[in-house]
Amino acid sequence: MSTSSTPAPLASPDPAAASCRIGARGISRSFGPVQANVDVMLTVRPATVHAIVGENGAGKSTLMRMLYGLDHPDSGTVVIDDEEVVLSGPRAAIERRIGLVQQELAIIPELSLLENLVLGDEPAHLGRVDWKAARTRADELAASVGIEIDWNADAARTSIAIQQQVEILRLVYRGADVLILDEPTAVLAPAQADELLRLLSSLREAGRTVIFISHKLDEVLHIADRITILRSGRTIAEIERGEVDRAGLAAYIVGDSEVPHSEITRGTPGEVVLRIEGVSADDDRGIPRVDGVSLELRSGEIVGVAAVAGNGQEELAESLIGIRAVSGGTIRLGDDDISSRSVRARRRAGMRYVSADRKHEGLALTLSLTDNSIATPGLTSLARAGWLRRGAVAERVSSVLGRAAVRFGSASDPASSLSGGNQQRVVLGRETSGDTRVLIASQPTRGVDVKGIGYIHDLLRRARDEGAAIILFSEELDELRELSDRIVVLHRGRISGEVDGSSSRAEIGALMLGEHHGDAAS
Amino acid sequence: MNFDLLLASAITLSVPLVLAALGGAIHRRAGIVNIGLEGHMILGALIGAVVSGISGNWALGALAGFIAGGFSGLLMNVIITRLKGNEIIVGLGYNIVMFGVIGYVLRAAFGVSGTLQFEGLQRMPKIDIPVIADIPVLGALVSGKDPLFWLCIVLVPFLAWALKATTWGVRLRATGASEAASASLGLRTLGIRDGAGIVAGALAALGGVALSLGTVGLFNENMTAGRGFVALAAFYFGRSRPLPTALACLLFGFFDALQIRLQTVGGFSPDIISTLPYIAVVVVLAFTGIRQSRRGARALS
Repeated sequence: MSTSSTPAPLASPDPAAASCRIGARGISRSFGPVQANVDVMLTVRPATVHAIVGENGAGKSTLMRMLYGLDHPDSGTVVIDDEEVVLSGPRAAIERRIGLVQQELAIIPELSLLENLVLGDEPAHLGRVDWKAARTRADELAASVGIEIDWNADAARTSIAIQQQVEILRLVYRGADVLILDEPTAVLAPAQADELLRLLSSLREAGRTVIFISHKLDEVLHIADRITILRSGRTIAEIERGEVDRAGLAAYIVGDSEVPHSEITRGTPGEVVLRIEGVSADDDRGIPRVDGVSLELRSGEIVGVAAVAGNGQEELAESLIGIRAVSGGTIRLGDDDISSRSVRARRRAGMRYVSADRKHEGLALTLSLTDNSIATPGLTSLARAGWLRRGAVAERVSSVLGRAAVRFGSASDPASSLSGGNQQRVVLGRETSGDTRVLIASQPTRGVDVKGIGYIHDLLRRARDEGAAIILFSEELDELRELSDRIVVLHRGRISGEVDGSSSRAEIGALMLGEHHGDAAS
Repeated sequence: MNFDLLLASAITLSVPLVLAALGGAIHRRAGIVNIGLEGHMILGALIGAVVSGISGNWALGALAGFIAGGFSGLLMNVIITRLKGNEIIVGLGYNIVMFGVIGYVLRAAFGVSGTLQFEGLQRMPKIDIPVIADIPVLGALVSGKDPLFWLCIVLVPFLAWALKATTWGVRLRATGASEAASASLGLRTLGIRDGAGIVAGALAALGGVALSLGTVGLFNENMTAGRGFVALAAFYFGRSRPLPTALACLLFGFFDALQIRLQTVGGFSPDIISTLPYIAVVVVLAFTGIRQSRRGARALS
């Protein structure tokens, strides 16, 4: 615990001289019967941004973990600076100046951003941290990539975008020259993602090498110098910048299997089901986040909600289903005031919820698919005198999983055995089964691949056509435009405008930044 | 009722609690709830009494108790971190084993049951401060206290500072807040937790020394009387920050002193009065729980 050194200067053997800064030579890796990587080849040239694309479960994260020494190939080797190496663990990777930002950020919420930055390599004298030196170094780092960070802020109080920037800077602080980012933009709003891409560009200009995984083909085409496509654990192609367009890339990713292509249909709004009247809500720290939102939802329509992250959309979604108390206003379902009803009562009345936090609120990952499919207040209809009827349970499970076309082995497998996209389909299958009057869907396609997104969109449209009133919270503007009958935009907890579902990105984007242009935009 | 006497006795009774609770707080910040404080305390009380009794030197006794507590803390922590024992089960089991072993040792090695007394045992000195001793309240607060009281006075700000300003403190807090993230940054999280476990055991054992070498100068196998668990409540209430934790101990110590005073006043059933400090613990914990659920208020039902 005593080593505390300043980051080493760039290693003397010129890394730019190597044709392959980091890569894979014939790597295979299996987990039980599942082949995550099969004979994968990867060559990342120094000082480039290299994108890795592929469906969920294509083996991208497994490959990244091996490049960072968190996992080890069954056969084949990792290549660093044209040399075949064995990485015994992350320490070995760090020594070779490789850093990884995983999907779960290694930011410690209880510490300040500055503490997070220097943690493990603090400038110190006799065990006493030199916070002044740390601060100077932090400011230099931020300035070198052209961003500003309030280093004294508690990490818990900062947005995920800033936490991510700090995590990237931490790798640079520790001397990393190769930065591996696992789906960094999946959790970012469009503006934040743009900022991240700029940060990556400036890292590349400074001579660092960036590998990043993304499902967002536009940003991949925008920033990557080179793209590697993985499918079912195999390298399908390595493409230079400009050699492929969006459609071509999508075709590489899904291969022969069909891209589910649904025509865009709009809903036929019926009568008003849910009336939101002047609703306000606070976040966990008591800070007001939703400020007097009024909205009506009609059966058979999808109302999209667009907002930059942190503008109250999460709190609004949670207060609609009742996980979060409203601090003002009323919510009416039909003629009933449900503002202070429990989640259970709301669900019994036909309200359903798809949480943005699939892993914690959407599913119980360690429980079986069966348990996850039937775990609703409607469970009692499957029981007689408190005993679950096997036949009825099996029927419900196959209807839920069948509705969502979930690909699974056995219904007794844990939910964690499914890929992210399939997990989310279980949630949507469950939440759209039965008599759904109102569906609150929060970021339903977050971290889901192209094909999975198609299925989820179909499920939402189907629920709409069956008469549900759907409120869709999404950070993907294209998704909102494709699905919504109308889009309301939240800015600082207030509705800054309402526009038609087919409005342009620019129009919605302006409202997201709080630019009112005439009050009656719809 | 003499208020100065009550105050002086509240402070004396708080010292063992503060030491144990600070140890528990440090361990908690490293991510482990130490249910075994009671066991570390009773071990410290015994070793302190035995070594002071044999050597006739209180400082040697305290040092021996401190070191024994460190080993005890390390042993328990290793069972939790390396052998992956559940911290609650291990802690509870550890207490039971510790009390069983000590009861056995008393009979087997010293031929006594329950209470162990040494002719030559040296108790800790009381440090009287001239002039200040005669000032009302202040005199009761700081004069006539033993060295471990002064250790507490130094330890509270020192630990608060160390948690903030040293690499040890930052890494400890990081490990406690998120072990996986800390490990991925190359911190030796198991080692950090072992270190915190040693601190917890050693400080709790010193708390035990404060009991056996403090006012009474003997060892009794029931002398901790749940103080390890009261300390647990104290750092829970103080959210594992040194100063609030110590203040919570002071509160519990006050109720303990009050209880002793009320026993002599009479008029109430002594059995009921002796439950006063523990009732105070329950009330404070309930209050803490309500405060925290307000803070994180989210659910309606």
